[in-house]
Amino acid sequence: MNGIKSISVKTKHFFEEIGDMSYFAIRFFKEVFSAPFEWKELIRQCYQMGNRSFILVGVTGFILGLVFTLQSRPTLLQFGAVSWMPSMVSLSIIREIGPVIIALICAGRIGSGIGAELGSMKVTEQIDAMEVSGTNPFKYLVVTRIVATTLMLPLLIIMGDAIALFGSAIIENLKGDVSYILYFNKVFDALKFSDIIPATIKSFFFGFAIGLVGCYKGFNCSKGTVGVGEASNAAVVYTSMLLFIIDFIAVFLTDIFY
Amino acid sequence: MREVILEIKDLKKSFGEHQVLNGFNLKLYKGENLVVMGKSGSGKSVMIKCLVGLMAASSGSIKIKDLDITSLGQKELDVLRTEIGFLFQGSALYDSMTVRENLAFPLRRNRDKINTSQTTEEIVLEALKNVGLEHTIDLMPSELSGGMQRRVALARALILKPKIILYDEPTTGLDPITSKEIIQLMGTIQETYKTSSLIITHDVDCARVISNRMILLIDGTNYIEGTFEELSKSGDPKVKAFFKN
Ligand SMILES: Nc1ncnc2c1ncn2[C@@H]1O[C@H](COP(=O)(O)OP(=O)(O)OP(=O)(O)O)[C@@H](O)[C@H]1O
Ligand SMILES: [Mg+2]
Repeated sequence: MNGIKSISVKTKHFFEEIGDMSYFAIRFFKEVFSAPFEWKELIRQCYQMGNRSFILVGVTGFILGLVFTLQSRPTLLQFGAVSWMPSMVSLSIIREIGPVIIALICAGRIGSGIGAELGSMKVTEQIDAMEVSGTNPFKYLVVTRIVATTLMLPLLIIMGDAIALFGSAIIENLKGDVSYILYFNKVFDALKFSDIIPATIKSFFFGFAIGLVGCYKGFNCSKGTVGVGEASNAAVVYTSMLLFIIDFIAVFLTDIFY
Repeated sequence: MREVILEIKDLKKSFGEHQVLNGFNLKLYKGENLVVMGKSGSGKSVMIKCLVGLMAASSGSIKIKDLDITSLGQKELDVLRTEIGFLFQGSALYDSMTVRENLAFPLRRNRDKINTSQTTEEIVLEALKNVGLEHTIDLMPSELSGGMQRRVALARALILKPKIILYDEPTTGLDPITSKEIIQLMGTIQETYKTSSLIITHDVDCARVISNRMILLIDGTNYIEGTFEELSKSGDPKVKAFFKN
């Protein structure tokens, strides 16, 4: 009996949370298009996000390319299909693995950072202070961050994908004697716009999700330092889940339209 | 009859079941220092946040300069807020910005509020000079002591030369000497700028020095009003509890 009650409470809480978050998203769309615009802060946020994550994304992408190629080599060899390597790797990295893994990394890096930063600003009344000094904190803190993640994530993903392909090319070059030019010629032969465009559109949504959830969790952080930790943690957990849901929807739609 | 600059009538505020304020009344006259005292958790911060529209009151009316803040739109509220200085309980300095950026922040949109012959830099420097901290201008808030942070926060609250200043426990968490400095600073500010101040505190020394009039906030209402002398001599046990130590 107790178990059922607790599940029903949790479910209710979950849906309330989704409602709140949707409201938060609606507020974002209302405020993002109305003056005044915080250009300076937006550019600062973009710079910081890019600056903080590009090494992480680069290293992850590089290793992803290396490992993925090494792991698939034996199987492809067995079937005598090793010449398909460039097209297989590029398609799977660009369409799926690159965006998802890099978005997950960024959820951990950027999303949790936003959650913690806004959370501690909330707890120490900095957000209130901003409001009484005549600056709309939603515009200054939330809108700039969500726009920044939405813009930066596709860039980071494109960069990560490129580095992953480069990693893969290195393995092919060392193990399979494929020249870099040949490798990338094959990559570009295999890739079509119908692979790249859906993946890029998807990455905008990934970026939006990371910014939205991080800001939502931070902005609605409860009092105390415990609240800040929870906000930052919840930002990562919820974002990761949301990323997979978005990915599923994106793949589903792509499948219908292409 | 002196001019009423700020008036709270029958303010009620509850969080769910928890009734924090239950019909609180207050009048702040022009040029006076009004102290509101109350126990921790009695709703002082809640009251002052309702006052500037950071929290929505459950019911009651709040008038600042004859404007009912509950009926103001965002734009009008922002304009009104430029005439109010707010010192937060925990200083609330923006910890990702330097002291200079902290002080310049309120000026971003309201540069024209104050006389424009000075540059932003000059305004910031002057404000810091007033609190004796010019040398900290390039430091981050985390590099300052608690007392210095409070003084920077005070400088920030005053940067738009507000006519009304709200202090939320200006001396809490500071040692007696630093507290005294802050209290002196508050006195100086009041004399130079002829401001009207609402001061929330549970520091009896602070109340003695600074108050022209006091209100005790007990059980969510304005329990008793009077000067420091009057209240400190009161026979009511609830009132006495504040003054004995
Ligand atoms: N956002 C909130 N949500 C729920 N309850 C709140 C909220 N803010 C304040 N309260 C409750 O309102 C009551 C009064 O809080 P408030 O911060 O006004 O106290 P205070 O008088 O300022 O105390 P202190 O002297 O410690 O600062 C507390 O019991 C607190 O739990
Ligand atoms: Mg308080």
